[in-house]
Amino acid sequence: MTASQPFIEVRQARKCYGEIEVLKDISLTVDRGQIVAIIGPSGSGKSTLLRAINDLDPLTAGEVWLDGVRVNKTLPHRQYEKHINQMRQHIGMVFQHFNLFPHLTVRDNVTMAPKLLKGISDKEADRLAEEQLAHVGMLERIDYFPSQLSGGQKQRVAIARALAMKPKLMLFDEATSALDPELVEEVNLVMKKLAEEHMTMIIVTHEMDFAASVCDRVIFMDGGVVVEEGPPELVFRNPTQDRTRNFLRKHLEGAK
Amino acid sequence: MDTELMLKVYPFFLKAALVTVELSILTGILGLSCGALGAAARLSRFRFLRFLGAAYVSVFRGTPALIQLFILYFGGPQIGIQLDAFQAGVIGLGVNIGAYMTETMRGAIISVDKGQREAARTLGLSQFQTFRKVTLPQAMRLMIRPLGVNINALIKGTALVAAISVVELTYTAQRYIGSTYKPFEMFLIAGVLYMIIIYGTGRAVAWLDRRARIV
Ligand SMILES: Nc1ncnc2c1ncn2[C@@H]1O[C@H](COP(=O)(O)OP(=O)(O)OP(=O)(O)O)[C@@H](O)[C@H]1O
Ligand SMILES: [Mg+2]
Repeated sequence: MTASQPFIEVRQARKCYGEIEVLKDISLTVDRGQIVAIIGPSGSGKSTLLRAINDLDPLTAGEVWLDGVRVNKTLPHRQYEKHINQMRQHIGMVFQHFNLFPHLTVRDNVTMAPKLLKGISDKEADRLAEEQLAHVGMLERIDYFPSQLSGGQKQRVAIARALAMKPKLMLFDEATSALDPELVEEVNLVMKKLAEEHMTMIIVTHEMDFAASVCDRVIFMDGGVVVEEGPPELVFRNPTQDRTRNFLRKHLEGAK
Repeated sequence: MDTELMLKVYPFFLKAALVTVELSILTGILGLSCGALGAAARLSRFRFLRFLGAAYVSVFRGTPALIQLFILYFGGPQIGIQLDAFQAGVIGLGVNIGAYMTETMRGAIISVDKGQREAARTLGLSQFQTFRKVTLPQAMRLMIRPLGVNINALIKGTALVAAISVVELTYTAQRYIGSTYKPFEMFLIAGVLYMIIIYGTGRAVAWLDRRARIV
């Protein structure tokens, strides 16, 4: 690893579904501890880009690097599986629909992966679960099943589950979009807390206020390209591109 | 209706019912095993295995179970497969119902939400760990009821082995008809005993399903 190498780097990412090019030569870097928001209209490729970072949706071409290691290395199947499983342990991901494991308690949702992958003891696992759940304010629900939780609570557990792997990076794909409006804030607060702890985060969101208040940088995507990026005060207050202006205007109208 | 005769012969039918139960259990075990293998093949990464699985399902669902049984029992010796009637019954019916169970299990596995798999893989679980810890436990819950339907069909299907003279319920009824000339009574006893077996199994399946419900 060279000193000049960025913490996360996406190089010339292209993604095609058949004929359709969903990501068109996207490059971006994120520094350690940085919090980046990705905004843009529906279908612009935000999720695809995010999911390319942990190779959930493999790129057609291009490279993804995390902390000096190529994530989407070219390797024979078996070796690649091992490599990517290793890489993914460092990349937490939070989904719009939580995707908690319904057959497991909150505790087991949080500890399953660390137990399987890091071989920690039951006692250590319990401590880990308590610590992570306390962090997101869900300790009292440790022995509940996901079906017994509200959407906001589920999402907080999903964040704890991801954090239990001690990731270097957290990806959020519209973490609050599926929530009732009154439940959004509790999840945002958890994310803000992570931001204060200098967790590196890439956040796909439709919540401009939230993006403006926690993010160091905003990336506006449209049609599979990065149209504009910069600090939130610039992108939100003073966008240089027409497409960005249009999107923000429409979004404001939509919000009202 | 000759109830006196019915009371006299029914103990012999009970013995035959035990054979039907035994046949059902062995067939069920074989069927579930074939189903698990079949589903694994159908969902395999390897094209050849997927092809084998699909071929198994279409052959055994696409022909009458009775013909399969006849080929095995009567045709088997011609190609060096010597089985007694009971063995042929278990194998024939088991492999047959396994084709249906293959589809049941596969259906349950693929109907587990894709997000579940994604969440597990995102945490770093391997494909196998994801299957064992996330997909399978959820699929098992989903497959209990439809497998119950397969098992119901299987129990009724055991009547077919009367045609290769396994002394189970249906065959026993036929034999007593030969000596008593009372088909109504004899089939009635057999029918009631089938119903008891099927009802009991149905209750067991419902119980399992309730227990496996996700809270
Ligand atoms: N599996 C797929 N097969 C074909 N096309 C796909 C697939 N997944 C996504 N796409 C297409 O890729 C484009 C980008 O999708 P993506 O989900 O990344 O958009 P998005 O910016 O996240 O949108 P949204 O805000 O609605 O979540 C869309 O046009 C979508 O239809
Ligand atoms: Mg999306």
